[in-house]
Amino acid sequence: MLLEEYIFAGFGGQGIMTIGQIIAYAGMLQGFNTAWIPSYGPESRGGTANCNVVISDELIGSPHTHHPNGVIVMNAPSFEKFEPMMAPAGVLVVNTNLVPQRSERDDLTQVCIPTADIALEVGHPVLAAVAGLGAFVATRGVVEDTYMEKGIDWALPAHRKDMLELNLRAYHEGKKAAEAQLKKAAK
Amino acid sequence: MDTVTLEGTEYNVLAKRPESLTDKPFTYCPGCNHGTTHKIIAEVIDELDIQHRCIGIASVGCSVFSYEFFDFDFISVPHGRALAVATGAKRMRPNAVLMTYQGDGDLAAIGTAETIHACNRGERVTCIFVNNAIYGMTGGQMAPTTLLGMKTTTSPLGRDATRIGWPIKMSEMLSPLPGAAYIARVSMHDAKHILKAKAAIKKAFRAQLEDKGFSMVEVLSNCNVNWHMTPEDAVKFVKEKMTENFPLGVYKDVWEEEKAAKQPKKEEG
Amino acid sequence: MSDDRVFMKGNHAACEGAYRAGCKAYFGYPITPQNEVTEYMSAHIWEHGGTFIQSESEIAAINMIMGASAAGARAMTSSSSPGISLKQEGLSYIAMMELPMVVMNVVRCGPGLGNIAPHQGDYFQATKGGGHGDYRLITLAPNSVQEMAQYVYDAFNLADKWRNPAMVLTDGTIGQMMEPVDYTSMPWMEPPDKSEWQLDEFQDGRKRHVLTSIWLDPADMAVAHEKLIAKYDKLKKEEVRYSEYRTDDAELLVVAIGSPSRVTHSAIRILRQEGLKVGLLRPITVWPFPYSAIREYADSKHVKAILVPEMNWGQMIEDVKLAVLDKKPLHFVPKHGGLTFTPEDLTEPIRAILENPDNPDTLWRVS
Repeated sequence: MLLEEYIFAGFGGQGIMTIGQIIAYAGMLQGFNTAWIPSYGPESRGGTANCNVVISDELIGSPHTHHPNGVIVMNAPSFEKFEPMMAPAGVLVVNTNLVPQRSERDDLTQVCIPTADIALEVGHPVLAAVAGLGAFVATRGVVEDTYMEKGIDWALPAHRKDMLELNLRAYHEGKKAAEAQLKKAAK
Repeated sequence: MDTVTLEGTEYNVLAKRPESLTDKPFTYCPGCNHGTTHKIIAEVIDELDIQHRCIGIASVGCSVFSYEFFDFDFISVPHGRALAVATGAKRMRPNAVLMTYQGDGDLAAIGTAETIHACNRGERVTCIFVNNAIYGMTGGQMAPTTLLGMKTTTSPLGRDATRIGWPIKMSEMLSPLPGAAYIARVSMHDAKHILKAKAAIKKAFRAQLEDKGFSMVEVLSNCNVNWHMTPEDAVKFVKEKMTENFPLGVYKDVWEEEKAAKQPKKEEG
Repeated sequence: MSDDRVFMKGNHAACEGAYRAGCKAYFGYPITPQNEVTEYMSAHIWEHGGTFIQSESEIAAINMIMGASAAGARAMTSSSSPGISLKQEGLSYIAMMELPMVVMNVVRCGPGLGNIAPHQGDYFQATKGGGHGDYRLITLAPNSVQEMAQYVYDAFNLADKWRNPAMVLTDGTIGQMMEPVDYTSMPWMEPPDKSEWQLDEFQDGRKRHVLTSIWLDPADMAVAHEKLIAKYDKLKKEEVRYSEYRTDDAELLVVAIGSPSRVTHSAIRILRQEGLKVGLLRPITVWPFPYSAIREYADSKHVKAILVPEMNWGQMIEDVKLAVLDKKPLHFVPKHGGLTFTPEDLTEPIRAILENPDNPDTLWRVS
């Protein structure tokens, strides 16, 4: 049985909610059952925001996850909150531009990516979360790129389709950076 | 001319009960103006030929059973909510003619929010607001429109502004709202004023039929029983005291405004 | 897997279910966590020939719905707990006048302002009438985004079939989450003909229609009551719905609704791997409640105990108790404050109950 449980976390406005929706939607296209749920309300306005994503080949029970096997942390408070909760053998993507901490746990796969730098290189600061998502998929490859690309397109509103190319590039740049890092670690 | 034969003798019919009223005799107290108000509304509806597309909203108060007297579709609704119910029905049936019939407690106390917002949205409904300055149905308690000094079962020493505020003036309150098409205050204290009231009610329905906006006629009425007056004194009280506190007149007339807007502006000299 | 799946929020899917059922009126007032319903309705109901008003209050909204329903339209409002309290007056009149309509409660934590986290504190209100007087709402309890759409759709059909208000009772988790939805089980439909009783502009040549909830003479009111009660009795026989998961051999039966029923699902999968026989009975209609189905399990040889997890102080468990009586030990696991269950919150007490069916830690007593 496949049971993927992710938490993506950061500041409100970083695009955290959207990258969660993208991978949940892409997972659905690939044929899985998927669920996405935000931390909603005042705590998601301006402060820290997070969302849960569950992907499974069976009926999904709880949409909330308390022991995620995949986490993206886009800011420092999120690292403090979610890194200790992670299930063994989980995957942790750390945005090094805003997160000074590094995991000391040896039961996790940790990838440290400067998502804001990648976003600026590609052309727009808003792309940081998508770069983080690319790094995440490189490390936990459950959902395939063809569906992820469709998910990125789906998440862009009609009046922002001009941003599609940049988003796809940021996704793949994030992915490449993670792959390079994983390759290095394997050596 | 219509004729009718009674006990072998043929008579000409000079006047009859309006079609828009049922055969049920009014059950209101002797001297109360509800019956006459019902009758002139029914006459207006007959004259406008809208009986079969009228939907009435009965509120809570003495007129809670008004649906027994008006002969068209009717719904009896919670206290104060008539204009919200009318809103929902009118939005679903724009070709129906919606009338609410409400008292002062219903419209100006518990239903104040519904009243203001139906008017402000310019709902195409017609509101007949009967103001007799007291809660009749529940036995003579103070109304939002009770005059200062008036004794009621809940203002036994007389209404005191410092404790409970002043009689609320709904026509004055609603008429500045852009959604209002026609707002008038009339009185039922004599035949001349009853005819004026009928003309105002007709205009209020026309505002709805011509898609102008919200319309309300505030009808000053009496409650001789709970005012503890003879019917004659009660009528006198309406004429002298009620109209003094609640000045009669047209507070909003969309046709007059349209006319004024069309007239060429005089150059300032 | 069907290719017709779309990925949506529960609150949005509820609107799509309403459109497909022919809903032409939505009147509502903003409140978290159901704002997405009001927002989505304001943007899209026009595409389906309907009307939206952001009302001045929840009270006004329910009364506007009363008017739209009386005029023959399929009409819906929604809110979250504090707003649903305000709608109770209108629901009482609507029930007595037998007006079909749908109201959805995306329950948050109370009493008072409480907070906006998911909760189940409004179960009594939803299933025992809610406003003044003796009446019931047909109440459906979805636990997924798919069911949010489906049960709003079904609620419209049930409301019209029985001329009774219907409620969709869910919690913030189900309203806020996104999941795939397949609408093929919800074909677009036109509202049924209600010309026999609706208020309209076609009165020429027919008797007038009057809708009222007042009968001053107690003898007359008794007749009106009896008519309602006869309807409710029939509803109880014909419309009870529930689902079962691995109950055939269950030694411990969990009865749960809403998001706790999903956590139960996760817990059962974990416990079954350990060889523990646990099953879930999930009421879909919480009124009428599936008393008989639960009673059968209470009577069965294989069930040793029954557990009810709720995000409240114990409400649905009173209905379960009416079904179980003293036939089997009944256990309660609560969650307070708007916190949500984890599977561990359930697996630990379940293991303990299976070891000792009378385990005092979770045993629920009437007093």
